[in-house]
Amino acid sequence: MTAPQPPQQPAFAQAPQPGQPGMPPQQQWTGPAAPYVYVSPIPVRKANLGDALRSEWTKIRSVRSTLWTLGVMLVLILGIGLLAAGVVSGTDTELDSDASPLGLGFFGVLLSTICVMTLGVLTISSEFGTGLIRTTLTACPDRARVLTAKAIVFFLLTFVLTLVATTLVAMFDSAMLADQWDGEFTGAAYFKATVGVSLFIATLGLVALAVGALLRHSAGAITVMLGVVLLPLVVAMFMFGESLEKVRKALFEYSIPNQLAVFYGTDASEAASGPTGWEPLWIVLVVAALALGGAYTSLVKRDA
Amino acid sequence: MIELQGLTKRYGDKLAVDGLTCTVRPGIVTGFLGPNGAGKSTTMRMMLDLDNPTAGTVLIDGKHYRQLRDPLRAVGALLDAKAMHGGRSAYNHLLCLAQSNGIPDSRVREVLDTVGLTSVARKRSKGFSLGMGQRLGIAGALLGDPRILMFDEPVNGLDPEGIHWIRNLMKNLAAQGRTVFVSSHLMSEMALTADHLVVIGQGRLLADTSMADFIARNSRSYVRLRSPEHERLLDVLAGAGVTPVTTVDGTLEVDGTDAARLGELAARHQIVLHELSPQQASLEEAFMQLTAGSVEYHAHSSPGPDPAPGRPVPAAGQGPGDPPPGAGWGADRRKKGS
Repeated sequence: MTAPQPPQQPAFAQAPQPGQPGMPPQQQWTGPAAPYVYVSPIPVRKANLGDALRSEWTKIRSVRSTLWTLGVMLVLILGIGLLAAGVVSGTDTELDSDASPLGLGFFGVLLSTICVMTLGVLTISSEFGTGLIRTTLTACPDRARVLTAKAIVFFLLTFVLTLVATTLVAMFDSAMLADQWDGEFTGAAYFKATVGVSLFIATLGLVALAVGALLRHSAGAITVMLGVVLLPLVVAMFMFGESLEKVRKALFEYSIPNQLAVFYGTDASEAASGPTGWEPLWIVLVVAALALGGAYTSLVKRDA
Repeated sequence: MIELQGLTKRYGDKLAVDGLTCTVRPGIVTGFLGPNGAGKSTTMRMMLDLDNPTAGTVLIDGKHYRQLRDPLRAVGALLDAKAMHGGRSAYNHLLCLAQSNGIPDSRVREVLDTVGLTSVARKRSKGFSLGMGQRLGIAGALLGDPRILMFDEPVNGLDPEGIHWIRNLMKNLAAQGRTVFVSSHLMSEMALTADHLVVIGQGRLLADTSMADFIARNSRSYVRLRSPEHERLLDVLAGAGVTPVTTVDGTLEVDGTDAARLGELAARHQIVLHELSPQQASLEEAFMQLTAGSVEYHAHSSPGPDPAPGRPVPAAGQGPGDPPPGAGWGADRRKKGS
């Protein structure tokens, strides 16, 4: 993580004091229209994606909105996941064989998507809101690199934190409720409820980041993302009539909450239609790729 | 060295910058002057490749900004003092900038020290005053020890001590052989700092001249005379080969003759003088005259006591050679008989 520069390089010259020790002698005051051009004493190195990643990591960890959104996300996943398991284990209920205890983590994760999407949007739109984006792009004129660095840092951060939280919930829930469930804990189910869910959530956050880059407005982009999550369900609820039955079913099955639930479903559960297995992840990946493609085009083409 | 070649920016049907061609040279402070809305900030954004020009190019040391290998090392820019995330500390704001260009962390502390913000380095910039924000922005511009510096209205919000500091800073930076390009709408400020002037109005280049030339050409000095024996004084002056100009309120203005000689002349002919004062037309007036026709936002004179009512209100876009009296920048310009 250190800059690949030889340690013995001379320090930067103090800019506003000409003629200080350590400066080449030709850099003395000679009046206006000096015939030479200033050359900084430190060697120049081409900036790369690694530099942009370090910069974006500093940015994301140095504002409180990150702390708040991710903190609330952890509280929701862990709190609701463990609370649900605690309540169930306090009763004598026997769980259905196709309703794994892992599924109790669902509600916390569903609520936490709001935090992840908010952070995804803020990661880029706060720069547009404050005007910082101009400073950022002056420092790094390669706009694709800026967006790539932001996306990578945000994705890894949310993925790792979600993975930690969902793994803890899965471990505790399965341990607490092992006696009340007669099904088998399979490695595949575990993997889907932890890694699968975390990949899905972090990718959904990438969609939010892309929408933030497209709209350049925090409140607007967050509203759009909430609409993406909630609207299909709400619309489906109010769709009556035979002719709309197919649309209603598709809206319901492909709504974000239902896609998330697929990761918790046992493979045996109704697989008549709608996404199954890992399909929700592929769907959200395609959506994220399209949204990011739009974001790249917009960022490169439009005036900052 | 920055070269602008036919730089043009159009928003809808409005030309913000219109075929701007000029060169900003190293080793001197170049002032970029124009009234509000003249296109200064738009031009600077295009120079930094933030906005795409409709036509024309900007070359930074012969390259397009996007092609620079070392953007912060080549160009340091202060565009907007408030262009930072208020929740981030001054140190972290500079740190993420430094990291994006592979500049060592130690440099962050150096520039914080240079601008005098070390004591508040860990404070969130939300609580900064406008002046502190300017200093932080300047620190960001100095971060890469760049060859070229661009400041957009850097003295805004600074206290007198801060203004003095930034004047010296810009002069010293230029003296080190750097290119310093600084925009302002205050001629008086530029007169103290700039060696070269680029003046624009409504996006068009109005002047590209050295400061010394501009002063020599535009700062008219004259002597003002007032006497109860007006006609006799005129005769005496005519007899001495001096051609005065009579202004509307009856005072005389004499170019090219010093006050001492005029006083002696009056004394020799025993003419009572009520006023004998050397005058200097300010550069601000010259600037206003230059840009009067191209002022974007005209302030209409207050309905209060107007010494000369009924002056024609000039149409916007009048040529700079024909400064309209009584509007915009020219509103408080003294009416001269000449």
